[in-house]
Amino acid sequence: MAKKSSRDRMSNEINAGSMADIAFLLLIFFLVTTTIVEDKGITVKLPPWSEEEPDITQLKSRNVFAVLVNAQNQLLVRGEEVKVSELRERTKEFIANPTKREDLAERPTKAIITLKNDRGTNYETYVGVYNELKAAYDELWDEMSLRKYGVKYSDDLPLKWRKSIKDEIPMVLSEAEPTSFGEEK
Amino acid sequence: MSKFAKGKKKGNNPAINTASLPDIVFMLLFFFMVVTKLRDSELMVKVSTPFATQLTKLEDKSLVNYIYVGRPVEKYRSTYGTKPRIQLGDKFANVGEIPIFLERFRVKIAEVQRPKITSSLRVDGDVTMGIVQDVKTELRKGNQLKINYSAKKKPDL
Repeated sequence: MAKKSSRDRMSNEINAGSMADIAFLLLIFFLVTTTIVEDKGITVKLPPWSEEEPDITQLKSRNVFAVLVNAQNQLLVRGEEVKVSELRERTKEFIANPTKREDLAERPTKAIITLKNDRGTNYETYVGVYNELKAAYDELWDEMSLRKYGVKYSDDLPLKWRKSIKDEIPMVLSEAEPTSFGEEK
Repeated sequence: MSKFAKGKKKGNNPAINTASLPDIVFMLLFFFMVVTKLRDSELMVKVSTPFATQLTKLEDKSLVNYIYVGRPVEKYRSTYGTKPRIQLGDKFANVGEIPIFLERFRVKIAEVQRPKITSSLRVDGDVTMGIVQDVKTELRKGNQLKINYSAKKKPDL
């Protein structure tokens, strides 16, 4: 029952040696239970569902860029067989129509891209095609943004700038109901 | 040389101060807690997302629900076969269960934030469009129009 002097007590520290062990334990727990997910992807806005048949509006064929992907993952663009790697350039040319050709879109605002696939189309191919179409628009937006404002197009731009770009080159991509070829049984 | 010899006189060398070790480890811990996401459900289907370049990042993870589509993994093949399947949460589901799944997710979110809900479609690249189309149709019917085709960044060549 010898009483320690208060001086002795002052010098007594809490042993923090095990603190590191506790922290390591927590760290390892989190390492094991978590995954670094790549939460990235192509964001798409779907059209609202309607029971009615869409009314068929006749469009000038020069303004329509029809892309078909079949169950064999082949690509048909305006009646021609095309490779996925060529799609981006073709789309850009179609929308911007820099040489004012008679068979390409009158104006970017009038350009419409239609995408149709089979039920048997590979998802990878579909995403690849969608990616190229989106890339074509992204590149055109970039170019226009660089010309007008001197910076590349991004979501950080002021809303007014973004709107003026999108007004001039709106992204119109319509997806048709797929045909049921090559469905996996 | 005599400088170093002096120290030896004491014989017992002092211990390295480890007081800052917990701080370092905690820093690591916080780093991992921030960049990772708790694994909420075990994947029952094989999902290997395709490559793409025009990617956007999903910002608010609490506003994202995940729909997995792929072939069942080895363990479930005997019961569920090898045909592509949909996984919602931690179980296999039919296309018809998607609206309920979306509604269950929606009620948990504050009303003002509901338009910002995104459905992340984590679909295996090797699946045909048929099942994906069915999922998309259900999403449109369920008025969940903001979707994200999950994809990996294509490595630059």
